[in-house]
Amino acid sequence: MTIAVLYDANRCIGCRGCQVACKQWNENDEVIPVEENGVQSKNWGSYENPPQLSARTWTKIRFTELEYNSKFHWVFTKLQCMHCEHPACVAACPVGALQKTAEGPVLYDDNKCFGCRYCMIACPFGIPTFEWDKPLPWIRKCTFCADRLSEGWEPACVKICPTDALELGEREELIAEARERIAASPEKYINHIYGEKEVGGTSWLYLSPVPFEKLGLPTLGSESVTVDVERAMGAVPPVLFGVAAVMSGVYWFIKRRDRISRERATEKEKEEVTK
Amino acid sequence: MIQKKRSFPIGTFILSILVILGLAVMIIRYINGLGAISNLSDGRAWGLWISFDLYCGVALAAGGFTLAGAVHIFNLKKYHSVVRPAVLTAFLGYTLVILALLVDLGQPWYIWHAIIYWNIHSPLFEVAVCVMSYTVVLALEFSPAVFESLSKSNLPVVRHIDWHVPWHVIRAIQIPLVIAGVVLSTLHQSSLGSMLLMMPGTLDALWYTPILPILFLTSAIAVGPAMVIFESTLSTKIFGHKLDIDVLSGLARAIPYILGIYMLLKFIELTAVGEIGLIFSAYPYYLLWWGEIVIGVIIPIILFSLPDVRQNRNAVFWSSVLVIVGLVLNRFNVSMLALGMRPGYIYFPHWMEFAISVGLVADALLVIWLAYRFLPIIEHEEIIWVKIQ
Repeated sequence: MTIAVLYDANRCIGCRGCQVACKQWNENDEVIPVEENGVQSKNWGSYENPPQLSARTWTKIRFTELEYNSKFHWVFTKLQCMHCEHPACVAACPVGALQKTAEGPVLYDDNKCFGCRYCMIACPFGIPTFEWDKPLPWIRKCTFCADRLSEGWEPACVKICPTDALELGEREELIAEARERIAASPEKYINHIYGEKEVGGTSWLYLSPVPFEKLGLPTLGSESVTVDVERAMGAVPPVLFGVAAVMSGVYWFIKRRDRISRERATEKEKEEVTK
Repeated sequence: MIQKKRSFPIGTFILSILVILGLAVMIIRYINGLGAISNLSDGRAWGLWISFDLYCGVALAAGGFTLAGAVHIFNLKKYHSVVRPAVLTAFLGYTLVILALLVDLGQPWYIWHAIIYWNIHSPLFEVAVCVMSYTVVLALEFSPAVFESLSKSNLPVVRHIDWHVPWHVIRAIQIPLVIAGVVLSTLHQSSLGSMLLMMPGTLDALWYTPILPILFLTSAIAVGPAMVIFESTLSTKIFGHKLDIDVLSGLARAIPYILGIYMLLKFIELTAVGEIGLIFSAYPYYLLWWGEIVIGVIIPIILFSLPDVRQNRNAVFWSSVLVIVGLVLNRFNVSMLALGMRPGYIYFPHWMEFAISVGLVADALLVIWLAYRFLPIIEHEEIIWVKIQ
């Protein structure tokens, strides 16, 4: 029973209302900053702005220009925390500052974090960002508007979306709805719900007319990225006690061997003296 | 007390300048944030400090647990004279790691959160706990040298304290301490590898393998004796305590076996998962891969297997340097060069990042220099106080 959001690239018109609503609700500069992390904003040949997610931009629309069905298309992709079912950041965080809540959001706690940034390295989607320009920096990322959800409101981006490209709901129901949309117009969608299986499932689900790697979303397997780490960490207790036992054993054995050989030597000496 | 007037050595002068420069950069960092002194970004959140100070620093400090284990647990008395320098450099290495983290962490004043907020599923939590406890273990392992020196001192208050008491306490728990050191080292040397297991999609397939923790531990054990050879040769040159060639060649003899196991594990793993072809096809990464294997593994195995090399101080020294360079390249590969970045970012360390790392190494070298001057490091009588009683 977790909540999720379904993003439909065929419905999105790239208005970036979600970007603005996110900044307003979370009080992250209500205008797009001219300079971010010391990098000057500049026209780089796209309406897409700012170029990257940052500690003040928790969501953005990526603009992709491509040709399919022998026509030029502008395809939009909304980027934000995917709120994974088995989040790498939660497994990575040494102090448990990131937690997956039962309702779905992956939440970050300022009061625990000490700024190691392992979550940023671990995230398979490259989402968490850091306040590089502050002397007291924290990690920042999309919160799923958990504060709004607890009031029974939709996240700011979902609320503002004028074309229903974003839809909040029960994860299983949204997956069913996504399947219906694909079945209803198979010529408009590829038969893949991004986030249904990726890294063990995410709370944000994507529908698109083109394969997701063309939108710059990482191609990921259905296995959670934490599997190998969990196996390695499971070996820690046996290794701890095993190594301690072996080392104690070796110490005891070698000490005993040396004592016996020393005793033999003194016995021999005594024998020689008595002779 | 001072018999001879010493001229202020130029080496210590340069080291002091580097330390001061590092401190100045640290001040800028605490006022203006990490962005002001580094080229780190959201696309490359870990840089030079993690690769060099954490990944290389911890591995290169492996001489402490390998030598302490060899002498005190396996009772290889021959190497007794190098345990104390090895433990000292290991202790300084770990102190350096912690100091580097105090710069690298966003909120270093909360570093103690690792003690109260536990995420036992995080390999970094394990590294943090092991590094903290192992630094304490190393300090205790080394403390008898300090007590010995204090007991001979004429300082006002210090000379009235009976330093035999703590000395005997540490002596009594020496073996448990050494075992704890080996256990903690095994755990965190390997966990530094486990940390990278979180990035199956980002770390290049030539390096990513579920057995990374084992590879990390094996390569750390191999570089332990190489670092001891490296350090003791240098201290011979600077302080003039000549180490027995028998000790050096004994350490050198052990290295090919460990490196051999390491190389076999690497090749067998790549073959088993069917990715062995990458070592010829994955341009440009295979250049880095072959770099670390040829420099740090294949050539040292050959050189250290030759008896003539093992009997020649210079040859042993330079072969050890190869092992060390290979390990450094390996740690840089896995934690930086072969670890993918977010699209749209580039990274090359800022000069102030280098200033921090270089300043910390200068710190450690200054402390080593002081320790060799004032503490009984090399020529210490093993049982002086046992005789007294």
